Amino acid sequence: MASPVISFKDYSFQYNAQAEPTLRHINLDIYPGEKVLIAGTSGSGKSTIGNCINGLIPFAYPGKSTGSLLVDGAPADKSSIFELSHTVGTVLQDTDGQFIGLTVGEDIAFAPENDCVPQDEMKEMVNRVAELVDIDHHLEYAPQELSGGQKQRVSLAGVMVEAVKVLLFDEPLANLDPAAGRSAIELIDMVHERTGAAVLIIEHRLEDVLWRNMDRIILMNEGEIVADMSVTELLAGNLLLQHGIREPLYLTALRYAGVEISEALHPEHVDSLVLGTEDKEKVRNWYQVQKAGIHAKQHGEELLRVDNLKFGYTPDKYNLQDVNFTIHKGEMVSIVGRNGAGKSTLAKLICGFEKPVSGAIYMDGRDIENDTIKERAERIGYVMQNPNQMISKPMIWDEVEMALVQSGMPKEERTKRVEETLKVCGLYSFRNWPVSALSFGQKKRVTIASILVQRPQVIILDEPTAGQDYHHYTEIMEFLKELNEKGYTILMITHDMHLMLEYTERAIVFSEGRMLADTTAAHVLNDPELVQAANLKETSLYTLSLACGIEDPQVFTECFIGYEKKEVR
Amino acid sequence: MARIAILSYIKRKSLVHELTGTTKLIFFIAWSVASMVTYDTRVLICMLLISVVVFKVSKIKIRDISIVLGLAAVFLLMNNLFVYLFSPEYGVGLYESRTVLFTIAGPYTVTLQQLFYHLNMTMKVICVVPVALLFIACTDPSEFAASLASIGVSYRVGYSVSLALRYIPDVQREYHNISQAQQARGIDLSGKDKLLTRMKNSVAILLPLILSSLNRIETVSNAMELRGFGKKKKRTWYAKRPMKRNDWLTIGFVLLILAVDLVVTFWDGSRYYNPFL
Amino acid sequence: MKKLSVKSVVAIGIGAALFFVLGKISIPTPVPNTYISLQYAIQAVFATLFGPIAGLLIGFIGHTLIDATSYGPWWSWIIASAFAGLVIGIATLKLDINDGLDVKKIIHFNVSQIVAHLLAWGLVASCLDILIYSEPIEKVFAQGLVAGIANMLTTGIVGTLLLIAYAKTVVKKGSLNKED
Repeated sequence: MASPVISFKDYSFQYNAQAEPTLRHINLDIYPGEKVLIAGTSGSGKSTIGNCINGLIPFAYPGKSTGSLLVDGAPADKSSIFELSHTVGTVLQDTDGQFIGLTVGEDIAFAPENDCVPQDEMKEMVNRVAELVDIDHHLEYAPQELSGGQKQRVSLAGVMVEAVKVLLFDEPLANLDPAAGRSAIELIDMVHERTGAAVLIIEHRLEDVLWRNMDRIILMNEGEIVADMSVTELLAGNLLLQHGIREPLYLTALRYAGVEISEALHPEHVDSLVLGTEDKEKVRNWYQVQKAGIHAKQHGEELLRVDNLKFGYTPDKYNLQDVNFTIHKGEMVSIVGRNGAGKSTLAKLICGFEKPVSGAIYMDGRDIENDTIKERAERIGYVMQNPNQMISKPMIWDEVEMALVQSGMPKEERTKRVEETLKVCGLYSFRNWPVSALSFGQKKRVTIASILVQRPQVIILDEPTAGQDYHHYTEIMEFLKELNEKGYTILMITHDMHLMLEYTERAIVFSEGRMLADTTAAHVLNDPELVQAANLKETSLYTLSLACGIEDPQVFTECFIGYEKKEVR
Repeated sequence: MARIAILSYIKRKSLVHELTGTTKLIFFIAWSVASMVTYDTRVLICMLLISVVVFKVSKIKIRDISIVLGLAAVFLLMNNLFVYLFSPEYGVGLYESRTVLFTIAGPYTVTLQQLFYHLNMTMKVICVVPVALLFIACTDPSEFAASLASIGVSYRVGYSVSLALRYIPDVQREYHNISQAQQARGIDLSGKDKLLTRMKNSVAILLPLILSSLNRIETVSNAMELRGFGKKKKRTWYAKRPMKRNDWLTIGFVLLILAVDLVVTFWDGSRYYNPFL
Repeated sequence: MKKLSVKSVVAIGIGAALFFVLGKISIPTPVPNTYISLQYAIQAVFATLFGPIAGLLIGFIGHTLIDATSYGPWWSWIIASAFAGLVIGIATLKLDINDGLDVKKIIHFNVSQIVAHLLAWGLVASCLDILIYSEPIEKVFAQGLVAGIANMLTTGIVGTLLLIAYAKTVVKKGSLNKED
């Protein structure tokens, strides 16, 4: 066998700023041309491994290491980021941060520019890789004109432009909608085939990555490697669940139905599943039992109604039109669609940040056209995607209290309100902490608390779980579910299909500025036309149900969700 | 998002557009220097005429830049007004003679010399405006960094300029989003609050903006390190264009103007052309 | 001159982008035609965090972009902006706010910025206005004084509040305890 291109031997690493080592006794070899997935929850050390390979550790993030790490046969700590970059190409999670050039062409050329490659040669290189990742028709585009998926293609081209032996992807799916995520995985697969470079993907969204074959999975937990095995082997065991990684949905469904997952089942992909007659029978029986148990929830009275809304930044082009829907008290609704479909614009219109061209928004039957942003905010709360963009006070208490101070509420009443809100959000014991001491999930809670303190009736959340691993995802969503049970009406803008299915019964689908559908979440994902138009992706439950001969995939999906809610949580 | 009306690159086909960024940068700098140095009316008139011709050649329309021209007009008007209010007799001292036209009130007399001084000052500013506007409107931002590097500015500094241009739209969007979210919590900078309150409130928007900018700085510098920025003494440029005949002619022309400007201005030992003596 | 680190290059670029964006947003004051220039508060914070060269170039690039995209460059004031950043950067070289902020440090920061703006607008901008544009002394000093005081106040209030808030966000977890 060839010698490994990356080789960790009893390697440990501790950041200077931290009390505990982040990596402990890592032994790992990556061979040329391999395709490896590194999975683990946030804080498991999976990103740290990536940073060791590309040299950000120790050159940008200093710390203490023991053991050895060889990259392409040479000790990494004796090298430099620059030298390592000739072997390892890194695609960072933040595609806007990685897009440095003013245009696509320039950005792809960034590395050759730094290497003093002559211009004509450089242009050839750029054209070649741009064609490979299918971005060659956009060379003069600015980053603002590209979609998330396109930006990622540019990032990939930018690191592939110099022939590297390893391509490292740090959470490549984090900011992509489902369909774009799927094509990203296909693209990586294609690049892998064409270039023969080893591919390392760091990601916790297992099912999405496994859309294409991977040679191996490394599972990390608390700085250690807990599994290094084939995909089949790992999926057949239950290591994933033990370490907070969500297994593919179809496998969960099979387990619910009492089917034992073994390697013989070929569990690595929903299309590769080999189910015996007996297994299929089990699934069908489970379906029949569950089907009897589902019934629709009763809605409360009308709370928010959007009537024929139309909006455009310029008079000749509408970003949003023909939007009609009604939200009832106590509902929890998903708003889905590809990036740029008009979801966030809708939220901005409801909150009064932007004014519609025509149409109206009613709250409790009253037209709120003339209400100011502040007046609306007392009834409709808006939580931005990134808590760091919302938190404007260093201390938690001050942050939550801010809106009340602004409105001139007397101190005693304020204190009472803030205390109540902090208790609801499970933050009371942290009330005198600085925000910076909190985890991302906790910060999210602080932003929700800072909105709840104004006692709105409706809360709109923009991508509440973006970039979160399963553990934090569950934490945030269970909290929102609790709030919903306490009577808050919740609207969520999301492209997480699991979230939509698991937590909301109803979904409103947008595409290219129009409302495509207002229906049940399960129906959205079982309607191929809708799935395609909105850049979504059908779940593997759909495929599984068909494979088992179940006539109505939508009901099967509903059964699955109902079962999870009832039995598992 | 409501875009802030600013001047930016306008892609057209014209002789001015075809010149390299380097040429335009040299032209812009030499022109600025020439206009700053001189106070000679004859030179200023020539420069003004040339800048109008260059503007015609560029195929940029007046309406493309009407907002900017309006701002420039307001700026000039205010400046002239202030100068006159503070020093109505300044021109008299400068041109060592006094021809009273009429009196407004008190010390505010209008003299020919004062008017002539205002005319010169205004021309000095106006003759740079078209060239500056053209420099922005006809130069592909991608060429900025390479142009700076080619006139001897460190490529690191040049790249800072490029990064500023790259991230202005992102920062603008972020500011907009943050301020909308804060408005919902009662923070409004354009409101009728007291000045001090408004300043304090601005912190609620600036703090998240700074913190996320610091994050961005970290990500971007990591991305640049990972792609080998700054490891060599030089770098090449994807967007750089080769110098052609017209480029050399233009540079020669502007340097000639600068030379003439210096000679004419300092020939008689004074920057000022004085028709009154 | 020492080579700029990659981080400084990026800090200058993003700092200049911030300077530009804030400079384009007009927050009115009671005085007609006068606006709060928040960009100077940000420049001061960046100069304190990233040093004099960053302060200088953020002011220079940011102000040039503002002027060039609105009414053509007014060089004397551009240079003054750059100068203010440079002076604040030099004066705060020894000021480390990553390990907390106390009254002494706040005074240090403010003395630095007051001196910087006093020199920049009272001296540099005014003298250049006289030298380049041959404007009357009374006018340039009056204008310089108003601008200088306005920028001092903005930096003193907004800049100081930002630094205090920033310093609180970098406090280490240390002795934080949950309370009931």
